[in-house]
Amino acid sequence: MTDASLSTWVHRRAEPSWLGRLFDSKPFLVVVCLFPAVGLLMTFLTYPLALGIYLAFTDTTIGRAGIWVGVENFTYLFQDPIFWGAVFYSVFYTAIATIGKFGLGLWLALLLNNHLPFKSFLRAIILLPWIVPTVLTAIAFWWIYDPQFSIISHLLIKSGLRETNVDFINTAWPARWSLIAANIWRGIPFVAISLLAGLQTISPSLYEAAMLDGATAWQRFKYITFPMLLPIVMTFSIIFTFTDFQLVYAITRGGPVNSTHLLATLAFQRAIPGGQLGEGSAIAVSMIPFLVFATLFSYFALARRKWQQGETND
Amino acid sequence: MALITRRTALQLGASAAALGVTGGFALAQSNIKTADATPPKLDIEKGASLRVLRPARFVPPDEEIFRANCARFTKETGVEVRVDFVGWEDITQQTAVTANTGAGPDIILGFNEAPHIYTDKLVELSDVAEYIGKKYGGWLPLAQKYGKKHGTNNWIGLPFGASGGPLVWRKSAVNAAGYDAPPDDLDKYLDLCRKLHAAGKPPGFALGNAVGDGNGFANWLVWSHGGFLVDEDNKVAINRKETVEALKYLQELYKTFIPGTIAWNDISNNRAYAANEIWLTANGVSMYFALKRDEKLRPIADDTQHSLLPKGKLNVSPMAGLTLNAMVFKHSKAQNAAKSLLSFLLEKDQYDPWLQANLGYWSQPLENYSTSAVWESDPKVSLFKNTMRSNFWIGYKGPISQASAAANADYIMVQMCAAVASGQSTPEAAAAEAERRARRFFRS
Repeated sequence: MTDASLSTWVHRRAEPSWLGRLFDSKPFLVVVCLFPAVGLLMTFLTYPLALGIYLAFTDTTIGRAGIWVGVENFTYLFQDPIFWGAVFYSVFYTAIATIGKFGLGLWLALLLNNHLPFKSFLRAIILLPWIVPTVLTAIAFWWIYDPQFSIISHLLIKSGLRETNVDFINTAWPARWSLIAANIWRGIPFVAISLLAGLQTISPSLYEAAMLDGATAWQRFKYITFPMLLPIVMTFSIIFTFTDFQLVYAITRGGPVNSTHLLATLAFQRAIPGGQLGEGSAIAVSMIPFLVFATLFSYFALARRKWQQGETND
Repeated sequence: MALITRRTALQLGASAAALGVTGGFALAQSNIKTADATPPKLDIEKGASLRVLRPARFVPPDEEIFRANCARFTKETGVEVRVDFVGWEDITQQTAVTANTGAGPDIILGFNEAPHIYTDKLVELSDVAEYIGKKYGGWLPLAQKYGKKHGTNNWIGLPFGASGGPLVWRKSAVNAAGYDAPPDDLDKYLDLCRKLHAAGKPPGFALGNAVGDGNGFANWLVWSHGGFLVDEDNKVAINRKETVEALKYLQELYKTFIPGTIAWNDISNNRAYAANEIWLTANGVSMYFALKRDEKLRPIADDTQHSLLPKGKLNVSPMAGLTLNAMVFKHSKAQNAAKSLLSFLLEKDQYDPWLQANLGYWSQPLENYSTSAVWESDPKVSLFKNTMRSNFWIGYKGPISQASAAANADYIMVQMCAAVASGQSTPEAAAAEAERRARRFFRS
């Protein structure tokens, strides 16, 4: 081997193929990797939402494409006592059911956080109401609240405590409370398990520090447990409750005389059975401000710690 | 359930198809009269095939015979027919999609108002309707109303039958109250209900969001007092003294009902009746069959009678049946084949077996089928043969339209009644509120 031969041999790096160059290009990779996620979101979230908002400004019915009518649907709804009844009940239902679910759910979570015999088994059992499909829950409650064949009425009459059937869903206020009770029953497990998971992730050092400072059990709960857990679980719970549909639709269909319509059930009633797609969409769209408000409230009013608002410096 | 099992129905259907026997479904022989009529000349398109969409069956033989009839059409004409059965709640939406997209089934057997909403998407069926009408003694009033475009003689739908909801009552209780049958006079009817209530055997009618039963009762209440939702010109006419009178009557009548009817849906009265909780209600024939089939409930069925809803201030009983209404879409590539199939299905060799297979759940749209053996099969069912002999429809007295269908589906009449019955509104306020809501639907 001579010097000359050494100097003439130059290692040339193989030129990458066009495919290789393509996959090396950062903009291309960004587009390719994001496409499935963005595509799914656009197809299944953005498009329906945008279509719903568009329909709210038209007079579309089932069977006829509508024309743009501006805010006519909203002006009608604002004069419609049934719409305001639904707004009232949606807020009332959400507020009372959320408080109920939280009170009972937190209690349950604190109990389960202790060392109990058969702890895993108990934890599994309390999830049952949440695992059962909502429609089945609704049908079960529909029987429980039946004006003629309610098991509760039956037991009360058998035991001599009452002589007539209990009026669960035949008049406005009893119906409203009955539905809230059903929602609370169904919602407790979600809250309890979420809170339990939260309880177990709170750093024990916080409790140790508090105990060193002489905090009582109540103070530890009030100043550590509660603020650390509340915001996120609360936001989810409010949104789920506010947009509830199945329980109400299956048990009362918004009756008696529209007194238990939530915005979701009223929107469905007007849009699908009633055929007024435009007006139904307007009702659905009018839920958005409430949901945005609930979310903002939970994040900014309840979450006082910076890390809960997404900042690192606590 | 087992009046006819699936197997025997299949065999019967098959043998009928094979032999081509008149009235082949061998429950009984019917004597259906026909008049001379020339069928319209329909040149079936070459290589045509058809898709038919219809609501799910009431009873298994309904589906078997319907399929057998279509198979026979295929045998005679070579046109393949595919029949899809869909749930009752879905048919309205599927009709809307078919009409709007211009794709899908060639024929839909929909409900009530569907052809009137999609008129411009449909093939006119006057030739078939006139031929069949002439041959079988004429179309009954309700069939004419639902079949023809409003104010014309142009047929856009071919009604296949209707299902009505007359009074269902316990003979023992009504007789004990001193009546042979529920009276037509409103005061006497109230008196009967009061006596039933006093005897601990109360009546019960749905006032909840029940599409069939709730609207059936509310419509009867208003109609029997001479009221109506809209007039002939489609103007909202609910806020009138007749309606207020009807609602005042309801205040008294409601006191006799079993508690809880405002929370009732379509199934509630069936359950309460089967449990001896109510002794007078209104329902389709299905309830009677359910009682009759069940050994334990047989005594209730034996004590049950059907009669027309009280006439009240009218001279006929006001009742609107749920109508099965067939339509052919313009987008079909085989319109003549589609029309031939509908015509074929309404001929007695096909229609009468199907009518019998339905046991009375559907009642015929044509005069001459009144002599079908199905109405002899059980005297308690024979009343239902007049379901389509009615001059009342959903949305009476206006044209059948999207608006009348929507007012029905949005429970305007039912909720007007329930608001008064519950004491939530005065009759005047409830009628005014119903007017406000109805105006929204009838605005264009």
